[in-house]
Amino acid sequence: MRRRDFLVRTAALGAAMTPVGVLGEVGEAHDGERRRALRIGLTPVFLDDQAAFLNRWRDYLSRASGYEVVFVQRSSYREISEQIASNALDVAWMCGYPYVMDSERLRLLAVPLHLGRPAYRSYLITPEDAPVARIEELEGKVFAFSDPNSFSGSLYPRFLLHHAGHTPDSLFRRSFFTWSHRKVVEAVAVGLADGGAVAGYVWETLDRLHPEITRRTRVVSRSPSYGFPPFVARRDLPAAVFSRLQSVFFGMRDDDEGLRLLTALNLDGFVPGTPEQFSEIREMARLVDRR
Amino acid sequence: MLLFRDLSFRYKIPLRAVVLVAVTAMTLTAANVTREYEQMRSDLFDNAETLGRVLAMTLITPMLHDDLWRAYELISMPVSADTPASLGAETMLVIDARGRIYASTRPRVHPVQTPLNSLGAVYARLAVEIEEAGQTSSRAVDLPDADDFYLLMPVMFDGVRLGTLVMVYPKSIFIPRFHSIVSRAALMTLLVLSLLLPMSWYWGRRMATPLVQLADCMGKVGERIPDESEYTLYESRDEIGRAGAQLKNMLRALREKQALEQQVIASERLAAIGRITAGIAHEINNPLGGMLNAISTYKKHGQAGQLETRTLPLLERGLLQIKDTVGALLVESRLQSHPLAPQDLDDVQTLLLPHLARKRVQLIWHGMLLAPVALPSTQVRQILLNLLLNAIQAAEPDSEIGCEIAREPDCLLIRVANRGQPIPAERLNHLFEPFVGTTADGHGLGLWVTYQLVQQLNGRIAVDSDERIGTVFSITLPVTESV
Repeated sequence: MRRRDFLVRTAALGAAMTPVGVLGEVGEAHDGERRRALRIGLTPVFLDDQAAFLNRWRDYLSRASGYEVVFVQRSSYREISEQIASNALDVAWMCGYPYVMDSERLRLLAVPLHLGRPAYRSYLITPEDAPVARIEELEGKVFAFSDPNSFSGSLYPRFLLHHAGHTPDSLFRRSFFTWSHRKVVEAVAVGLADGGAVAGYVWETLDRLHPEITRRTRVVSRSPSYGFPPFVARRDLPAAVFSRLQSVFFGMRDDDEGLRLLTALNLDGFVPGTPEQFSEIREMARLVDRR
Repeated sequence: MLLFRDLSFRYKIPLRAVVLVAVTAMTLTAANVTREYEQMRSDLFDNAETLGRVLAMTLITPMLHDDLWRAYELISMPVSADTPASLGAETMLVIDARGRIYASTRPRVHPVQTPLNSLGAVYARLAVEIEEAGQTSSRAVDLPDADDFYLLMPVMFDGVRLGTLVMVYPKSIFIPRFHSIVSRAALMTLLVLSLLLPMSWYWGRRMATPLVQLADCMGKVGERIPDESEYTLYESRDEIGRAGAQLKNMLRALREKQALEQQVIASERLAAIGRITAGIAHEINNPLGGMLNAISTYKKHGQAGQLETRTLPLLERGLLQIKDTVGALLVESRLQSHPLAPQDLDDVQTLLLPHLARKRVQLIWHGMLLAPVALPSTQVRQILLNLLLNAIQAAEPDSEIGCEIAREPDCLLIRVANRGQPIPAERLNHLFEPFVGTTADGHGLGLWVTYQLVQQLNGRIAVDSDERIGTVFSITLPVTESV
């Protein structure tokens, strides 16, 4: 307890504190030990299977913020949502759908800009040779969702089905989750699924990096624009850390290395966001999931 | 057409060795290829089974959780392009407990949830096999008219069959591997052969050479026996070497026999000539003596007219010449003389001096006698004189002739040599016959007389004559008792 008292006192000194000191003050791990690193949770809302790129980005964020940044990767959205809810994470890049489900405990940190807008679409894709125009035409077929908690890869297509008076089980012969947007594209490309729902941002990025995969799929329809999966922070993240991180994210497009990272991410930058950007998602969730 | 059996061993043995090496190499290669192919096949099935067992175990969780994508990812990993072909099945299927496709690495061909038996005859039979296989560990299925082998591996959890993993290996999978094994083996065989074939050819040639030499040598034996310098024979203690040595001995014996026969013929001829000559000489001598007596009587007591005075001396000279000649032909052996003494040799040298001086020839004399030898001196002196005079005559002016006397325990050796023109071979055979060596200076009886004298002394006379050594007469006279 002594150590904690000491840290509380040092926190009161304010401006004289080092950023690590600030961070050390705020976080507390399950085992009672104080955390010294800033833990950022990542979900497959983007192409998260690039270890070298992630190392570069982590180093950049550490250097720019002054905190030791640790990326925490999980294969499902739910695990990241649960971890940030239990304060095991400080920041997470998550889908708008889990954000709106838990928005009272989360604070919007930054929203990525894609094609100049903080928004993206959900794509309905099929194998390149399938003569399909709408999701209802996939009756009796196999459909691939990305993550059950994904907006573009699950909620939106279910919304379309709901709108047409269907459920996945009533319309499709079989549906399954790949837990990743990229894998939805792959499942449709190899023909395992006859259709799939995928984040337009991921499909477009994959189209740049691996056109041999996207070439075997066809985008049947694009949804209207919805709020881009945001970076969120837990509500009790100290304001100093929050604002310092915000300035790091917002400033990425102003320096060379940040610009290079943004190019690799196929993003234009980060901007502040408002909960209203995600209100449509909230409505949709209420409608489809009756929540 | 040249038949193989008529071919020379020079080619036959190397050819046989080469064929043997080639057959051996090919047999070994074939055995190796077969073994390697079997090994590869069993390795492949072992690998497949190991892989299948691991996959079946990892498939339990996705199938329990109905995670189609995970199941698909698991089975596509070994089929992806960068997996070594020795491990990779061409296709993998997961069949669920109701006999429908759960996941396939070729989803377009095997759509999800399609009943297996609706995918064609082969798959329908495969569905039956899967039912029959039940919960046994693994089962390899080789359907006769299918293009593939199938390895069935049940996905078991807590004694319940969740599904079956089907690994599909094309039957043609072995063909490229078999080709690569064969081509590698063929390359090795060619390498080995390229080393062994020249070696076996060389050894074969080496083995054949002594046989060929033997055959060549035997081929030369015909009218005449080849001289030792005319052939080479392989020498060793093996069979061919022994045959060669035996042939060499036989040829030597044959040559000696031939020489002996020629010698016998020559001496018999000379003996016959001697008998005839002696007979004729006696027949001539008797009337000749009468005629000479008659002339002598007539000269003493008859009144010789002018004609007689002129004719009788003429007759007498002719008859005397006949007498001389006949006398020369009749070699007197009954002549008694003292044993050969050292002095006799000096006399011979003294007698030769004017002849040597006239031809400016130098006599090199080797050897001498220390004591008298039990040989009649007259005959030996005659022999020496005859040979030395012949030598002086044959010698080139300003050259040397040699004479060697050696007293051996049981004989006396005499050698007389000159370096003049060698005696032609055709003359050598008749050298000791009368009137053969007739020249302007002599009647050609010298050697005949010498021969007769040597014969009477039970000795031997031989002559060697060629460009290198000149002409050498060798005489051996046996000495029966010492003086």
